[in-house]
Amino acid sequence: MLRLENAEVRYQTGVALQQINLSLHKGEKLAFIGRSGSGKSTLLRLIYEHLPNNTALVPQDEGLVANLSVFHNVYMGRLSQHPAWYNLLNLLQPFPKRVSEIEAILQRLQLSEKCFVPVAQLSGGQRQRTAIARSLYQGGELLLADEPVSAVDERQARQIFNELSQHFTTMVVALHDTALALEYCDRIIGLDAGRIVLDSRSDSVTEAELAALYVDQPHSQANR
Amino acid sequence: MTGLSFKHSLRWKISWLFVLSALLCLLIADIGIRSFDPWSELGRLLNGLLQPSLSGLDDIGMAVLQTLAFALLGVGLGSACGFLVALIFHWRWIRVLCALLRAVHELFWALIFLQIFGLHPLTGLLALAIPYTATFAKVYAEILEEGDHQAFDALSRQTGWLSAFFYARLPDLWQHFKTYTAYRMECGLRSSAVLGFIGLPTLGYSLSTAFMEGHYNQVWALLILFYVLIATLKYWLRPSLLPVYLIAAPFVISNDQTITFDNVSRFFTQDIIPSPLLKGELWAGLWQWFSELFLTQALPGIINTLVLSQIALVATGILSLLLFPVISKQFYGRLGCGIGHVFLVVLRSTPEYILAFILLLLWGPSMLPAIVALALHNAGIIGHLVGRFSNGLSLRQDAATGMDRYNYEIVPRVYGQFLAFLFYRWEVIIRETAILGILGIATLGFYIDSAIQEIRFDRAMVLIVITALLNIVVDSLSRYIRSRLQLNGAIEIT
Repeated sequence: MLRLENAEVRYQTGVALQQINLSLHKGEKLAFIGRSGSGKSTLLRLIYEHLPNNTALVPQDEGLVANLSVFHNVYMGRLSQHPAWYNLLNLLQPFPKRVSEIEAILQRLQLSEKCFVPVAQLSGGQRQRTAIARSLYQGGELLLADEPVSAVDERQARQIFNELSQHFTTMVVALHDTALALEYCDRIIGLDAGRIVLDSRSDSVTEAELAALYVDQPHSQANR
Repeated sequence: MTGLSFKHSLRWKISWLFVLSALLCLLIADIGIRSFDPWSELGRLLNGLLQPSLSGLDDIGMAVLQTLAFALLGVGLGSACGFLVALIFHWRWIRVLCALLRAVHELFWALIFLQIFGLHPLTGLLALAIPYTATFAKVYAEILEEGDHQAFDALSRQTGWLSAFFYARLPDLWQHFKTYTAYRMECGLRSSAVLGFIGLPTLGYSLSTAFMEGHYNQVWALLILFYVLIATLKYWLRPSLLPVYLIAAPFVISNDQTITFDNVSRFFTQDIIPSPLLKGELWAGLWQWFSELFLTQALPGIINTLVLSQIALVATGILSLLLFPVISKQFYGRLGCGIGHVFLVVLRSTPEYILAFILLLLWGPSMLPAIVALALHNAGIIGHLVGRFSNGLSLRQDAATGMDRYNYEIVPRVYGQFLAFLFYRWEVIIRETAILGILGIATLGFYIDSAIQEIRFDRAMVLIVITALLNIVVDSLSRYIRSRLQLNGAIEIT
């Protein structure tokens, strides 16, 4: 699907990613692990730039329009499948067919009673689930998600991951929660200071390897 | 609140209420094109753009200098007095007084002072300084109120008020004062130029002369000169040069007119006293005088002002929504936005009075020229503000493009700000609508101007006060709607 060789990302303030060698195959479920600032989000963005077609995105800041309802935000996942006039009409008065499609998805995320509530009135966890619902509605073969369950409880997080892994054959997810990563992903990529420091199957990765990612190492400060 | 069925937001309903009311107003508004051959006149006007020329214009340098000098002194005086008034702005009667002074347009002030001082420079100076003082007082007071009080509160109680202010308040607020004052300087230049239309020796005077005589190449040269003045404002308006300007400006505007005490005292003791009172008829006569004035002039004037401004307000809103993408980087690249910027700067730098003046000459007298002029100028301003706001949004990496981006991503995000800007602008549009009456459209300004022509200043004063009250009513209505819709955090853009 994708092969990155010695990839590098620079911002004006410095280097965000360097010496990235990564391959992604169809059907794989990858988890990016690492402290904040280690380059997980940047690497997700880089992958999206290489594979913008047929990819659903759950950004860390959710990318929702606060003044629009949950329904419209979820519908935005399929804007490109309809002509602009149709989308405009649906904005003014939702089509019943689209409403029933989207309600089915919201139901599975326990969000259906919020269907026509503006996103501005939702809690953090509800907003996150709205972004997830949008990616489910959009579909596609690849999901790129950045901390998609950071604001929901553990039980809900597992439900969400079940839904996501049923829908998407290939997934790349940035996660803080190593337990969830081991449970739902088959490959763990550890990042530190903009470099890949761990790339291993989740059934062979050790506790020590994971713990090392979160230990404060002096060199990582200098590199940032 | 239930989320099970789709309901439109309050903003949506209010927006439609305004659109429908504007459509109703269109039914009763007079919007025909009256002139014999409007399009060939427009052709001649555009033809003048191809070869703008300043030849044949005498003393154009002097007109530019006068425009600058009046603007500098008027805004300078206004900001100094405004600052002092801002310190006592929490007094209720000061707030009411400022609202009244602000509600009278600078052209009306100029018409009043023309009667008292003739063409003495004081006329132009006060006409600018008085309404600007009232506006500065309000905005400076808001800046003072919203600023950070922590450092001020932490000072020792024995600290003198003056040192406390200069150490703990001013450093943080200085930038806000500076930005707003510089913005008002741009408005001051426009106002100063427009004062020329009623006889002061600024650019408006040369412009109206060139227009009346059909010298369209001169018209364009003057307009371009004016745009350049405004566009280069930040290069020549430097704090270090201000003292030089302020010392030179009084010499530029001085002329050999003198103020006669007789004129001044006659104005206050005779001109503005209602005529029945002068004749000795008491309350009955006064009441009859007032009710006749109200029914035959004020009432039709108010209705026309409201009808015209309602259409202009909604047209401004629609045009702003269509125009803001031209400077938004969410839609266009660097080059596209650059071109869009120039376009919007030209729109908002052209005073609505000048635009209406041009369109009236082309299309003949009706409400249409005024509506188009108000919509173009104000949409230039609001489009600029909304576009700039949209540039601060960060969209998802996979956000839609084209129409979908406009409808789903951008407009829902900017709509609250847009409405806030538009409702702030409402009061300005009403004030300008009244003033455009001077050009012959039957709004309140028309009756005021006619009364002055007929040397009936008592009537003119009553009509000016009514205009001011109308403004205050609309302003409080706008404030009520803004608070109902929870539109806050808008930048002051009067």
